[in-house]
Amino acid sequence: MSAEHKLYLKRLKRNAALKRAAQLILLVVLLGAWEAAVRLDLADPFIVSSPARVVRTVASLYSSNDLFPHILTTFLETVAGFVSGTAIGVLIAVLLWFCPFAESVLDPYLVVLNALPKIALGPILIVWVGAGAEAIIVMALLVSTVVTVMTVLAGFMETEPAKLKLMNTLGANRLQTFTKVVLPGSVPTLMSALKISVGMSWVGVIVGEYLVSKRGLGYLIVYGGQVFKLDLVMASIVILCILAAIMYYAVAALEKVIDRRFGRSE
Amino acid sequence: MNEDTAVGLYGVKLVYHEPARETLAVDGLDLNVRRGEFVSIVGPSGCGKTSVLSLIAGLFEPSGGEVTVLGGKPREAGSRVGYMLQRDELLEWRTIEKNALLGLEVRRGLTPETRAKTLALLEKYGLGEFRRSYPSALSGGMRQRAALVRTLALEPELLLLDEPFSALDYQTRLILEDEVRAAIKLGGYTAILVTHDISEAIAMSDRVAVFSGRPARVRREFNVDIDGSAFERRSSPEFARLFDGIWKELRA
Repeated sequence: MSAEHKLYLKRLKRNAALKRAAQLILLVVLLGAWEAAVRLDLADPFIVSSPARVVRTVASLYSSNDLFPHILTTFLETVAGFVSGTAIGVLIAVLLWFCPFAESVLDPYLVVLNALPKIALGPILIVWVGAGAEAIIVMALLVSTVVTVMTVLAGFMETEPAKLKLMNTLGANRLQTFTKVVLPGSVPTLMSALKISVGMSWVGVIVGEYLVSKRGLGYLIVYGGQVFKLDLVMASIVILCILAAIMYYAVAALEKVIDRRFGRSE
Repeated sequence: MNEDTAVGLYGVKLVYHEPARETLAVDGLDLNVRRGEFVSIVGPSGCGKTSVLSLIAGLFEPSGGEVTVLGGKPREAGSRVGYMLQRDELLEWRTIEKNALLGLEVRRGLTPETRAKTLALLEKYGLGEFRRSYPSALSGGMRQRAALVRTLALEPELLLLDEPFSALDYQTRLILEDEVRAAIKLGGYTAILVTHDISEAIAMSDRVAVFSGRPARVRREFNVDIDGSAFERRSSPEFARLFDGIWKELRA
């Protein structure tokens, strides 16, 4: 390795470290400013809460054994909504790829379904599946399914015509073309669909909990708002942030593993 | 039609339908390719050369006339016809070996023997050490060689070459023309090459069919009686004479 290349690698590393440090400092500054604003009486802690009060709220939730049941409820609902929503979404996209006529017929319906704010269906869901965890999961499923169908199908359709011609000249049937070219070629799209779907599932679950639940982080946020316990609201939001980030990074890690397996590592 | 005919086009007509118009791409096309013969098709761009290959490959049906391939209908020829596309179209997520075996997988012809034969072909074209590499690690020439192996792995009798060198740089192109001509002559394949490059057509084939502009039909055929490899043929005086003749025919 030349001295020049060493220097280049060193600079690359230093830039990465600098970025991390800046991100951390930004977080500390934001939290510090928040706490300082409250301590210096610039803001009313009753309305804006504060980092220290958030920590205290989380601790008291933990000591009263309320913390993990709420987290677990929301987490499980999200996972259930995400997994089922993605599975159903991908399945529908696959079926539509195999039946171009059905796809062309259903296209406007999908567009309308996609444009419709699924929250509007909340009351219907409560009547149909009951005011419990089911309604919340179905809400998450609805929100993530439609966007998954749209994204994944678009990915399938983007397969290069020349690749399809190649399979044609090799005498491949539609199933072979799908499994050997269309599906593996859509892995990047599938991965970004997963990332979108995770986010959408959180939206669905929190909205669902706003509407019906008696447990979970969404419930804590609504409840805290109603009884004016902004500490509880802020604490729930912070936990939600952490959970959502964990799940997003889990999907991103999965993406890396799959990329490597398909020889796409950069 | 006789036994000696590998590909026969008899009064072939092809019409493309689009909502705004219909296009007569090919009309009254007659072309006969004997077994073991290497024929090139040159013509103005957009004259329907590639459509003719698609007809022979059975990718679509002629609107009129008859197409016979290896004594039957194009669709019945199956894996006896190999097709090489303009670009290599290697699948980026498959190793070179898995790409080369794609045709055998699709035709359900993957056995230890055919695999061994394909690996030998990879070796022969200098791809042995890249067996487990992904296409992105290879140069354009190596990638097109891998595509050639993918085509030859099915042991076709007839090769359809659709400007397979057009995406390569000039030097690589000359080398591959040489290799492919040698492979075709050695393997006794019948081959049809579509190209817009007159010198490539003369260097590689036994006969050059000059197509007219749309609707395509054969305007004139030139026999190429030059010995040697594609590269050697280029320096023959006969080469220059043929080039001149074909060029004039194309511009007429």
